[in-house]
Amino acid sequence: MTPPRKKKMNLKQRYALMTRGLDWETSYQKMDDVFPYDTFEGIKITDWSKWEDPFRLTMDAYWKYQGEKERKLYAVLDSFAQNNGQLGISDARYVNAIKLFLTGVTPLEYQAHRHFAHLGRHIRGVGPRVAAQMQSLDELRHAQTQIHTISHYNKYFDGFAEFPHMHDRVWYLSVPKSFFDDACSAGPFEFFTAISFAFEYVLTNLLFVPFMSGAAYNGDLATVTFGFSAQSDEARHMTLGIEVIKFMLEQHPDNLPIVQKWVDKWFWRGHKLLGLVAMMMDYMLPKRIMSWKEAWEIYFTEAGGALFEDLSRYGLRVPKFADIATEEAEHISHQNWSIFYQYTQAAGFHTWLPTDEEMAWLSEKYPNTFDKYYRPRFEMWREMEAKGERFYNNALPQLCQTCQIPMGYTEPGDPTKIGFRSTEFQGERYHFCSDGCKDIFENEPEKFAQAWLPVHQIFQGNCGGADLSDVLKWYHMDNGNDNMDYTGSPDQKQWDAWQAARKRVAS
Amino acid sequence: MAVVALKPGYADAVDFRDRKENFHGNQVVYLHWEEHLSFCSAIAFPLPPEMPFAALKDELIAKFYGMHPDYKSVNWGEVEWKIDGESVIPDMSKSLAENGVGHKSLVCFRTPGLNGYRGSCS
Repeated sequence: MTPPRKKKMNLKQRYALMTRGLDWETSYQKMDDVFPYDTFEGIKITDWSKWEDPFRLTMDAYWKYQGEKERKLYAVLDSFAQNNGQLGISDARYVNAIKLFLTGVTPLEYQAHRHFAHLGRHIRGVGPRVAAQMQSLDELRHAQTQIHTISHYNKYFDGFAEFPHMHDRVWYLSVPKSFFDDACSAGPFEFFTAISFAFEYVLTNLLFVPFMSGAAYNGDLATVTFGFSAQSDEARHMTLGIEVIKFMLEQHPDNLPIVQKWVDKWFWRGHKLLGLVAMMMDYMLPKRIMSWKEAWEIYFTEAGGALFEDLSRYGLRVPKFADIATEEAEHISHQNWSIFYQYTQAAGFHTWLPTDEEMAWLSEKYPNTFDKYYRPRFEMWREMEAKGERFYNNALPQLCQTCQIPMGYTEPGDPTKIGFRSTEFQGERYHFCSDGCKDIFENEPEKFAQAWLPVHQIFQGNCGGADLSDVLKWYHMDNGNDNMDYTGSPDQKQWDAWQAARKRVAS
Repeated sequence: MAVVALKPGYADAVDFRDRKENFHGNQVVYLHWEEHLSFCSAIAFPLPPEMPFAALKDELIAKFYGMHPDYKSVNWGEVEWKIDGESVIPDMSKSLAENGVGHKSLVCFRTPGLNGYRGSCS
């Protein structure tokens, strides 16, 4: 006798069983003991079942989709490697943008993987718990596929080999690292607000669009393909971000001031972090996509404006200091590139001065600021280079206690003055680059007074020694190959030799 | 503000990293030449508090700002100094500490008439 065939479940039933159906109320342990992390921040959740699952994806479907995407991605990577894809990029200077991505961004994907795994265990509501589990896997895949994609460049160019080690130690990589450490050491709702909402929803287009379009414009097919493979995941992550915010705000009116404070904080932190992307867009791409200022207008002023208008029905307002961030979009890329130019000896990628053509582009894109404040700086440095006196800053910079970036940002309204801010906490002085960073410190001084500031750590003797060469060794930075100007670098020599060989073949 | 933390007593257990005693007898001092923003930010040094103020000018400023084209034209008699935002006339023969320079103090100087390459504040 054959058993009667079971009727196949429809998607909705499968989804219900494989997410909500996996949850239970504990009986011999208190729920608060099983889920110890999700109450201490003060966020009040009265009914977890009100969580609207933003994407109805079950784990079995997840494996299937992701497996297909990976097969496609690795097929492209193989063909990129077999066809010597590195020869097809616009110029070897482009590769420095990818160095910044691998050392600065990829380790954050891994950190996100770890923390979403934590949330996938520790959130009481089963809806967000399952969403966090899937995102955790996404982030692990992103880290892994980025490393595989970029590993091809590591065969030919300097600056890639020691990326995880560098991420933990190098002065400017403490900026992305401390950003994520801050989020991961916060409670689960702040982490969701920081990463899922502020970063993945409000600011993500300012990270991914520039890098992936930059890759497309500059002939980097491998990175473009990675971007496509991550795109559908990013759409899911964004949906999670907006759902978390709405859920917190709908659950209890007491949540609004807490959420607002987090939105203010993580918008500002994200804005400072993305200054690295700004400089990449305006200075590091041999073929430019659009200026940072244009990207800010489209993705923050317009898209973000519409978003916050929509959220105003919950009482949420535009992040504090959004107007200052918008003003800084006229300056931040120039100021950041200037930092790296003068500290090229300690940068894990190559630097250069913009060419005449590039300066003309910058003048056109930044009519209010470039010719007045930044062109003269580059012209002075160019004159010094021509005399054989290339400008190096041989002292260490003062860092912001919060964002850890050298305090190189100018006063709102006056680009001729550095904006110094400071405060006292338990009898000690702390310095900040901006009102936004000072506010963040003053809300949580016990946390930020523990900051591991790379410059102070060198002075305390914790970074391999007092000389630059000792510190570079401790960073695993290959002095003379990974750092310094592009002109004269091994990267450039090799690229020029490839170009010369091509010409010989063509003629 | 009340500390929001999972663990009771968190605030009492934390170790602030940049206390003066962690710098082996030195204190951190920041130096900044106003209107010369080709130096991207103020620069930091670990310095003994008993170091004479003159050494700041004659050794550190000379060494680390000396490459700027404006440097050789500085008239040191006219320079305006600020320590932690307060305008002061430092006593060059006295120590940093005696001049009021403490741990993580910011010493700014302005050179009237010299405001960067072609007056651009760079």
